[in-house]
Amino acid sequence: MASMTLAEAPLALKIRKLRKAYGHVVAVDSIDLDVKTGECFGLLGPNGAGKTTTIEICEGLLDPDSGSVELLGRDWRSQGEELRQMLGIQLQETTFSEKLTVAETLALFRSFYQRSLEVPELLRMVQMDEKRDARVGKLSGGQKQRLALACALIGDPQFLFLDEPTTGLDPQARRQLWDLINELKSGGRTILLTTHYMDEAEKLCDRVGIMDRGRVIALDTPRQLIASLGVEHLVEYATTGAALEGDALKQLRGVRAVSSVGNLTQLQVAELHQTLPALLDKLAESRITLTELRTHSATLEDVFVSLTGRHLRDE
Amino acid sequence: MNSSSLARSSLYQLTKIRFLEFWREPEAVFWTLFFPILLATGLGVAFRNRAPDVIKIAIVENGTLSQSIANAVSNNIGLSGIVCDEQSAERDLATGKVALVVIPRSADEVVYRFDLTNPDGQAARGLVDNTVQRAAGRKDLVHAKYQFVTEPGSRYIDFLLPALLAMNIMGNGIWGVCFPIIDARRKKLLKRMVASPMSRTQYLTSFLLSRLLFLIFDISILVGFGHLAFGVPVRGTLAAIVLVCVVAALSFSSIGLLISARLKTNEAASGAANAVMLPMWILSGVFFSARRFPDVVQPIIRALPLTASVDALRSVMLEGAGVASLGSELAILGAWLVVCFVLAVRLFRWR
Repeated sequence: MASMTLAEAPLALKIRKLRKAYGHVVAVDSIDLDVKTGECFGLLGPNGAGKTTTIEICEGLLDPDSGSVELLGRDWRSQGEELRQMLGIQLQETTFSEKLTVAETLALFRSFYQRSLEVPELLRMVQMDEKRDARVGKLSGGQKQRLALACALIGDPQFLFLDEPTTGLDPQARRQLWDLINELKSGGRTILLTTHYMDEAEKLCDRVGIMDRGRVIALDTPRQLIASLGVEHLVEYATTGAALEGDALKQLRGVRAVSSVGNLTQLQVAELHQTLPALLDKLAESRITLTELRTHSATLEDVFVSLTGRHLRDE
Repeated sequence: MNSSSLARSSLYQLTKIRFLEFWREPEAVFWTLFFPILLATGLGVAFRNRAPDVIKIAIVENGTLSQSIANAVSNNIGLSGIVCDEQSAERDLATGKVALVVIPRSADEVVYRFDLTNPDGQAARGLVDNTVQRAAGRKDLVHAKYQFVTEPGSRYIDFLLPALLAMNIMGNGIWGVCFPIIDARRKKLLKRMVASPMSRTQYLTSFLLSRLLFLIFDISILVGFGHLAFGVPVRGTLAAIVLVCVVAALSFSSIGLLISARLKTNEAASGAANAVMLPMWILSGVFFSARRFPDVVQPIIRALPLTASVDALRSVMLEGAGVASLGSELAILGAWLVVCFVLAVRLFRWR
């Protein structure tokens, strides 16, 4: 397994019994977490799960109430200045000064680091060569996000924090950013990112910790997490009038579990090509008319739903 | 080589962006550069030099006696007399339309009626009495000659302009620091800055340094304009003016840093900045002498940074004072600078 080689790598980040409360609200509820050197670790969870609080404690921007964080073998309290030079940080929402150009912004951040990448090289990395002299205020959302990434990369960091790097971007801009992050991964950097997009975590992360209400409720590779559901696919359908009994459905070939929400019935299925014809036959036999039918491969979203009974993004 | 090492200096970069951010905001440039000119022009026009005031007097009707006094008075610069009946003369005196009522009783007796607390009444009494006595044949034994002068440096605009310069330095220092900081905090840019290895002290220092850059405009515009348009004297050395302005700008900027140390919204910052500046506009002797306030509050007034700046600039510009004689003012400004900066660094909220 790929994770075997990672298991032997030294830890880049070691979190133990970390806790942070705001008044009565416990944002981070005594979590333990390990991020190995060179891996891309994703914290996945709905808004308010405690992802940003966790990452900001790791970034040295917030003090925890209790617990410990060891980053690159160092401690924030005694080696803070040294750590700052080794990290790249992208915050969830940063508005850079709109009056400055891209190159001026980068030159400013560059001056803070003892060792840094050249501005032209950074612009090439985030594909913004042509925007060199554009005012930040004139950039699109995706370009601003790539500028933020460039600012995070400027000190050639060993450890990169990305807090919701693609939130608010259109699909094309998201894909472009994913490609960039994948390239950074191949450069051997350790990355900790947070997201509430399951597809983002699946695409980018070697391992994923699913957070909910301040706790890590599941932790593994995306593949293993999905496999833990024991199903490969999900079938959802709706009918008019009468419905099939749950027991009858469970007897269909390959069905592992049945659930229903409103008039929508959901089947967790191991072998789609066996279950689907059987389901259609059964419906025809009982003279029940289908109004809706869809199938999809199991995702991290389904893992979250099965763990919490809620969706990642409750609209 | 030299320019690249400068570009790698974070203090240079931080100061540079302060300047660029300001320079690329046309409204800010307008208000900073032209507002003081508008103010100086407005006040200069309002308090322009007029012809000397004329004191009005009333002479109570009594035939040729009144008429000859009226004729003698009309030859007198600074007096204008009317002849009327006693009743209306009394009314005009009571309402302040005239400062003095002259009642000629007979060829060798005249009564002056005036309010002893009104300086115009006193002055008119003296002038009229002289005129009346001379008309009656008194001889002046000493020959007196009059020389009229208008001395630059003693006019209201001369009093005002150094204070406007100080007030401008205060306003720009405090606003010019508060708004960018609150804005950066609101946009989470401040948080992003401290997530990088930036030196926090350098970040705060860059605001002080960038203020010094803008000072070039403050000084050259106000002093230059005042000198060219109104002939306001610049008797001290330019170096002394610049020194006072630099120390004042640094101390007002660090007051600005302290005000913006913890606030999160522009509204809160405006309120706080006004609460700090308004008392100084009134107390520090910008528009009228601070000596008018009671003695008990004088030590407090003298300790205010605007008072120190105004006093120092007036001494340099109007009296030609040298740096050596400005010790106490510079010490007061220096104390504000150090105390506020240290407090600001301690209290500053970086999130």
